[in-house]
Amino acid sequence: MSETLTGAQALIRALEHEGVDVVFGMPGGAILPAYDPLLDSPIRHILVRHKQGAGHMASGYAHATGRVGVCIATSGPGATNLITPLQDAYMDSIPVVAITGQVARSSIGNDAFQEAHTWGISMPVTKHNYLITDVDQIPDVIREAFHLAATGRPGPVLVDIPKDVLNETLQWHRPGELNLPGYRPSVKGHPKQVKAAVKLINQSTRPVLYAGGGIIRANASDELRRFAEVANLPTVTTLMARGAIPDSHPLALGMPGMHGNYTAITAMQQSDLLIAIGARFDDRVTGDVDSFAPYAKVIHVDVDPAEIGKVRNADIPIVGDARAVLAQLTTAMEHLLDGNPVPARTEWLKTLSKWQREHPLHYEQDPDGPIQQQYVIEELHRLTKGDAIIVAGVGQHQMWASQHWGFERPRTWINSGGLGTMGYAVPAAIGAKTGMPDQTVFAIDGDGCFQMTMQELITASIEHIPVKIAVMNNTWLGMVKQWQKLFYDERYSATSLTDHTPDFVGLAEAMGCVGLRADRPEEVGPTLEKALAINDKPVVIEFRCDPDAMVFPMVPAGKSNDNVVLGPEDL
Amino acid sequence: MANGITHHVITVLVEDKPGVLARISSMFARRGFNIHSLAVGPTADPYLSRMTVVVDGPEMEQIIKQLYKLVNTVKVTEHPPGEAVEREIMLARINADAKRRSEILDAARIFDATAVDVGKSTITFELSGDPTRLSDFLELMRPYGIVDLVKSGRIALARDPKIRNGNRPELRSA
Repeated sequence: MSETLTGAQALIRALEHEGVDVVFGMPGGAILPAYDPLLDSPIRHILVRHKQGAGHMASGYAHATGRVGVCIATSGPGATNLITPLQDAYMDSIPVVAITGQVARSSIGNDAFQEAHTWGISMPVTKHNYLITDVDQIPDVIREAFHLAATGRPGPVLVDIPKDVLNETLQWHRPGELNLPGYRPSVKGHPKQVKAAVKLINQSTRPVLYAGGGIIRANASDELRRFAEVANLPTVTTLMARGAIPDSHPLALGMPGMHGNYTAITAMQQSDLLIAIGARFDDRVTGDVDSFAPYAKVIHVDVDPAEIGKVRNADIPIVGDARAVLAQLTTAMEHLLDGNPVPARTEWLKTLSKWQREHPLHYEQDPDGPIQQQYVIEELHRLTKGDAIIVAGVGQHQMWASQHWGFERPRTWINSGGLGTMGYAVPAAIGAKTGMPDQTVFAIDGDGCFQMTMQELITASIEHIPVKIAVMNNTWLGMVKQWQKLFYDERYSATSLTDHTPDFVGLAEAMGCVGLRADRPEEVGPTLEKALAINDKPVVIEFRCDPDAMVFPMVPAGKSNDNVVLGPEDL
Repeated sequence: MANGITHHVITVLVEDKPGVLARISSMFARRGFNIHSLAVGPTADPYLSRMTVVVDGPEMEQIIKQLYKLVNTVKVTEHPPGEAVEREIMLARINADAKRRSEILDAARIFDATAVDVGKSTITFELSGDPTRLSDFLELMRPYGIVDLVKSGRIALARDPKIRNGNRPELRSA
């Protein structure tokens, strides 16, 4: 019965068995054997223009679909070019499997052509990694790699395969039982802790539900919303959790942190109980840790025990999957209430509403002035009715997109949160659109970010992946410029892109996309409408934006979250 | 504890797979944890290795959690002082001219240190035992002059026989 396959054939078959429908990659010497059986496979291969693009595409795909994203590269530079996307996926807990070719076993360690110590280099940027040394390992290792990437706290896994292993043969066998004695992620939370948690919640007067990216990864949005409602908890959504609860929900407070809104930041500061779920007390959320949420006790739910107590001590730690634990918490809360009404917390909710009224996010679009990025984002939201997947790069445009796009659903906001990888948007958008072809995928990118990975527009054109990219061209590395303005005495060292700004419309067209441009506020709506009407080609729209605009609110790095700078008038 | 520094002794049972030591040491380096000593060797189970790690610093909970986070880590045990048998082995070469030789050998006898090499002007002792005993011996030898010294990392085994081997029940009888 058993069938003789080459290692390369076994690899592709193993990927098929994992349900992989698309891989993003680029061939090269050491990985060549794997590309031959790919021709006969139903798996779609998307040929990128740079391996970094392949990694971010896999991540965008995984973000949007919840499935494992797969990228392939050759040995040496192919593998090292994947390191940034792997670390990016590691920081944001994105399930990605990277397959890399390696030089033949006999050459390993000899500084062979295109040799790099991929296993060693990728170790600290992956959840786990493998160097396959025996062709018979292929089916089991691929099974393990997908299992590790997708379960527990998701993350990237790299599998390095020497070329001669790909060329050897094996008797194909379906992978056996997983043999991972050291890997047993918890799913359910400890019932005692859950009970203690709901009790503490009902004793609190100023609770805040602090929802992190783990909610999205665990597909726990419905459970989050239900728990927030049952327990009557105002809820903040971190940068990685935008869309976890609809922004239009009466209990939703929006984004906390360095560029969060006043109410979300201050609610945490004044809170007497933070219920952190799938969140990790990142420095961009806490500001100065010692003065963060000084009155709050902490209930911390996370699937990764190492996150609990890492930054902030937890009064009630609960290790478990966000979705499972939220369901447990809801049941326990209903049990505790036993038909009685949930504490109304009228004072607290009134205070929060008052802050929201007094300190809303605000900006002004002068009809005769330069385009404000917030205006573009709100116009796009109006024209799409919010029904789009938004993908951002890193910087001012990212913060404005997170602040001003009303997120109503999970997996509609894709960005590089932990690593802050400039250039993320274009390839991640292509990956997202590949996985969700029926949805509008709109990247909101900066001119600095765009120039890092824009060559992938060729990939999008040739592969017929009609993403839309808004390039918010303010001719600066805007966020860095903002810091130079505020903290470096307006000495703008190496942040101006003015003299070097390319013709973005011409570039888009050269790469087979439709290129559009809006120079003035009144052109924003009509240009977006034009872009939204095009569905057979990628579209790039350059918005000539205000070069001097700054992102507010802002808590300066390392400062206490008590010092929210609401606008330039506060400086 | 030895030398008055607070050390914590932890035992890490890991799958005996290539590169596991690199994973552990890379994690310690990346997280900024400090390893005082590290000893690795086989266990009664051919699939498992045991690492005895002596670490400095107060972040024990994080260290243990980060160790567990490694996929190949099966079981981590922290040994509070006194609750484990701790051993080190040491080779110490001591200045010993003919005049002092018998005096030094007498002192060594008290510690059951074995002279394993004798030269014209030095004696090399082998001594194993708990770390305090080793450092006491060194203090005694210091006035004569310690020419060279090598210590193994510390190894430890919990005194309590209840130590379990993760989820591999077949190992409990081992």
